[in-house]
Amino acid sequence: MTGVAIPSIHYLAILPVLIFFGAALALLVASALVKSKVTINWATATTVAAAAATLVVAFFQWRCVANTGASTTVAHAVVLDGFAVVGTVAIAASVLLTALVAHDWAVRERVAGADFHILALASSAGALLMVQANDLIVIFLGLEIMSIGLYVLVGFDRGRATSSEASLKYFLLGSFASAIFIYGVALIYGATGSTDLSSISYFLGSNVVLRPGLLYAGGALLLIGFAFKVAAVPFHLWSPDVYEGAPTPVTGVMASIVKVGAFAAFLRVLISGLGTQLDTWRPVLWVLVAATCLVGASVGLLQRNVKRLLAYSSINQAGFMLLGVWTGSARGVAGTLFFVLTYAPVVVATFCVVTLVGGAGDDAHAIDHYRGLARRQPWLGNALALMLLSQLGAPLTVGFYAKYTVLAATIDSGGGALALIAILSAAIAAVFYLRWVLWLYADSDGDDAHRRVAVPSSSAFVVAVGVVVVLLFGLWPGPLVTWCQHATLLFLP
Amino acid sequence: MHSSIYLTLLIVVPLVGALAAAVVRNREGWSYLAGVSAATVELVLAVVVAFLYNDHVPGAGTWDFMSRHVLSSPLGLAYDVALDGISVLMVVLTALVLFLALLGARDRRREAAFVGWLLALTSFTMASFLSHDVLEFFIFFELTLVPSYFIITGWGGPASARAALKFFIYTFSGSAFLFIGVLYLGFLHQHEVGGPLTFSYQALYSTTMSHGTAVWLFLAFAVAFAVKSPIFPFHTWSPITYAEAPTAGSVELSALLAKLGTYGLLRFAVGLFPLALPSLRPLLLTLAVISILYGSLVACATPDLKRLVAYSSLAQMGFITLGIVTGSKIAMVGAVLLMFNHGVITAGFFLIIGFLERQRGSYTIKDLSGLQGPAPVYAALFTVVMLASIGLPGLSGFVSEYLILIGTFGTHAWWGVVATFGVLAAAAYLLWAYQRVFQGRAGGANAEVTDATASQRWVMVPVVVLIVVLGVFPKPVLDRISPSVQQLIEHVAPSGVNR
Repeated sequence: MTGVAIPSIHYLAILPVLIFFGAALALLVASALVKSKVTINWATATTVAAAAATLVVAFFQWRCVANTGASTTVAHAVVLDGFAVVGTVAIAASVLLTALVAHDWAVRERVAGADFHILALASSAGALLMVQANDLIVIFLGLEIMSIGLYVLVGFDRGRATSSEASLKYFLLGSFASAIFIYGVALIYGATGSTDLSSISYFLGSNVVLRPGLLYAGGALLLIGFAFKVAAVPFHLWSPDVYEGAPTPVTGVMASIVKVGAFAAFLRVLISGLGTQLDTWRPVLWVLVAATCLVGASVGLLQRNVKRLLAYSSINQAGFMLLGVWTGSARGVAGTLFFVLTYAPVVVATFCVVTLVGGAGDDAHAIDHYRGLARRQPWLGNALALMLLSQLGAPLTVGFYAKYTVLAATIDSGGGALALIAILSAAIAAVFYLRWVLWLYADSDGDDAHRRVAVPSSSAFVVAVGVVVVLLFGLWPGPLVTWCQHATLLFLP
Repeated sequence: MHSSIYLTLLIVVPLVGALAAAVVRNREGWSYLAGVSAATVELVLAVVVAFLYNDHVPGAGTWDFMSRHVLSSPLGLAYDVALDGISVLMVVLTALVLFLALLGARDRRREAAFVGWLLALTSFTMASFLSHDVLEFFIFFELTLVPSYFIITGWGGPASARAALKFFIYTFSGSAFLFIGVLYLGFLHQHEVGGPLTFSYQALYSTTMSHGTAVWLFLAFAVAFAVKSPIFPFHTWSPITYAEAPTAGSVELSALLAKLGTYGLLRFAVGLFPLALPSLRPLLLTLAVISILYGSLVACATPDLKRLVAYSSLAQMGFITLGIVTGSKIAMVGAVLLMFNHGVITAGFFLIIGFLERQRGSYTIKDLSGLQGPAPVYAALFTVVMLASIGLPGLSGFVSEYLILIGTFGTHAWWGVVATFGVLAAAAYLLWAYQRVFQGRAGGANAEVTDATASQRWVMVPVVVLIVVLGVFPKPVLDRISPSVQQLIEHVAPSGVNR
């Protein structure tokens, strides 16, 4: 029988993506078939179960990688290595937490049905694909799957004009960025004859590119595409508006899952694929890192809306994550991996508190609403303060070690000046974190009982997880750091 | 060698106290009791450690109580404590200052939190002084910011939020340089000798580096320490912060946290990069002398008592820096002794100012006058502390300043001459302040000031005793400091630190 040769498939490798798509499809079909609408409880349960199952799968994937080494499958398009497993864990954990946050939000906002969770699952499946992709086309697929789900999620709050506006903005700019990205893929294909990262790396390693214009142009376009997704300066302008307009749980998704997926793919493309061109893209990235750190920190000072503030905060944090990319070294990859792995749950928990304080209608996001929160509700307020201190990088919180790992890698690669710029930007960012913390402990002005924030149990759980992550790995970072260092990329130059 | 369990206890006891204070927070006064108990245990422990300390441990030089546990090899993270003749003094000071701050500056608003933060601050400061690992030192050094920030904002004056933010940002930015320096040094050492990343003081102590590298690293470290101390021109955060902080906060900041800066300069900047000292010495001497003169001059003109002590502290930090960088052994011993003495003296100052402020609601000099009539004990206590600060022979301040100055005269005579003017100026601004506040006629609210209560007198007893005892019989303390300073000097001597 002649036909298309089916490439061999290692199902364990793609199981996380299958689980997420499967769960999304199951919910979709169930909503269509079940006479009464699928309740939000079922949708949340399915999402949580899918995420938990993925965490279990990740455990077996890790054992497989540890025993037999990293491998590629589906015609080298998907890779199973330690790096992918850690990325999968970060995404699955964030999805689990986000589902719980979104559940309470949906109950409060009377959002019925499973639509939200279906979109979130599909979108996260795209992020999972990006983490594992070893082919520019597959990365693009992951990017698009992730983005299309998000475009809808951002505009999910149909009653609020800012939500639709944010959605449109994100869609227009995002699709533009996707177009730039795919054009970059085409140019790279033209220059190297392949879209497969290992082939690109092999080609560039064994040939001298005499006229590298095409390659450089393609690399630059890819860089822009990624820089847009991680909101690196100067491609960050969409992020404050979209963060502000999107329903708060979705903002959490953008700050966690999207960042993990985009950074994983970013690292893989630049280091696995274009690692031989290190000296070419590093100066460009240097400027990008410095600008991202400084702009994020200094413009954040002007914000009075906490969602916008967190947008700039996450731009600043993205600058730190980019530091690890800049190094192009194994230590840097481990640093960025540790950073996104610990940042994701903490930022989801932070947005969980913001969701709670936002109140019905999801619009109480001025910083004034936090006045005296820690006095009225000590647990909630102190938890938020702790998570902000972690993002600031205070010692004994996980944020300190996150910054430590990337800065150490940067200095090891000879980037002392860049490290100094980054850490001074953290000192600037400290102003807005501390101002917010101070607000939490200010004496509140009367009418306290009125302003108490309801804390449903699943949200309380998410906040507790955030606190545990901050403190546990802040006091005892060793094992997690070691794990990230073992989770090396396949095809590290 | 003694077991390191003592040092671990010194770090843990305050934390346990803080936890206990939090647990019993709903019972009136109990958290204060927990705090005072922890402080007492801490003080006893510190004194025991000071007596046990053995300055000649075979194989470890003057380091005692040593122990090292690597926590995470890829991070280079380790728990590594040790004590030498320089840190032993700081340990006693830390425990003493906590004790004084708790007893002399009790604040009943949200008492559990107040006590908890004070104890946490003590634990972190203690850990910084005991760290025998540069990264560990950095972590605790940085960590002291968090409790300080909350103490200043939570219990401070009307502009405390701004003051605390300024303090935090200044120190945090200064630490940025230190952080980069620490990491750079660690990798330098790793690339030189191979093996896992380590920040052990013992290992980094003998890293070889070029002169240029040493200068840059020294500067990176020195910036952080100069901000913390503070040294001119990095001092601008300190007057407003000392003034806006609650009494306990001012005591902790000036008596203790300032010493983290000078201690770091001596131990880490000078100790690790001796190569840089000869070429940076003119700069450091200049800054030290400017701090002395500028601090003294501004202190003459300042309108309130807290700022006056803040600027006087700036001058004293200048003296300490002078003693550290001249490279003479006598001056260095004097500098270490002054760190301790200045801690006791400023703690005394801020406590008395706190007592007055509590009664009068103000610490502006213009609002106070003639207080020695209604409150002779306050006046007497202030006099003792003031005379010690001026450097009257027979009181503690004299011994340390004298050692620093004769050491400086031996190596850098002209700098010593200029610095001596600082001593004169101190007499001027302090006596003038005393005149305005305590002498003359007490009218209005000033006449109604009641004198020191029994508990206030008891709190001041250790301050006065230490001032007098260290003034007439400093030998036991000097004997503890000298071997460690000698060891440090011998380490840095080949690089031409001594002239």
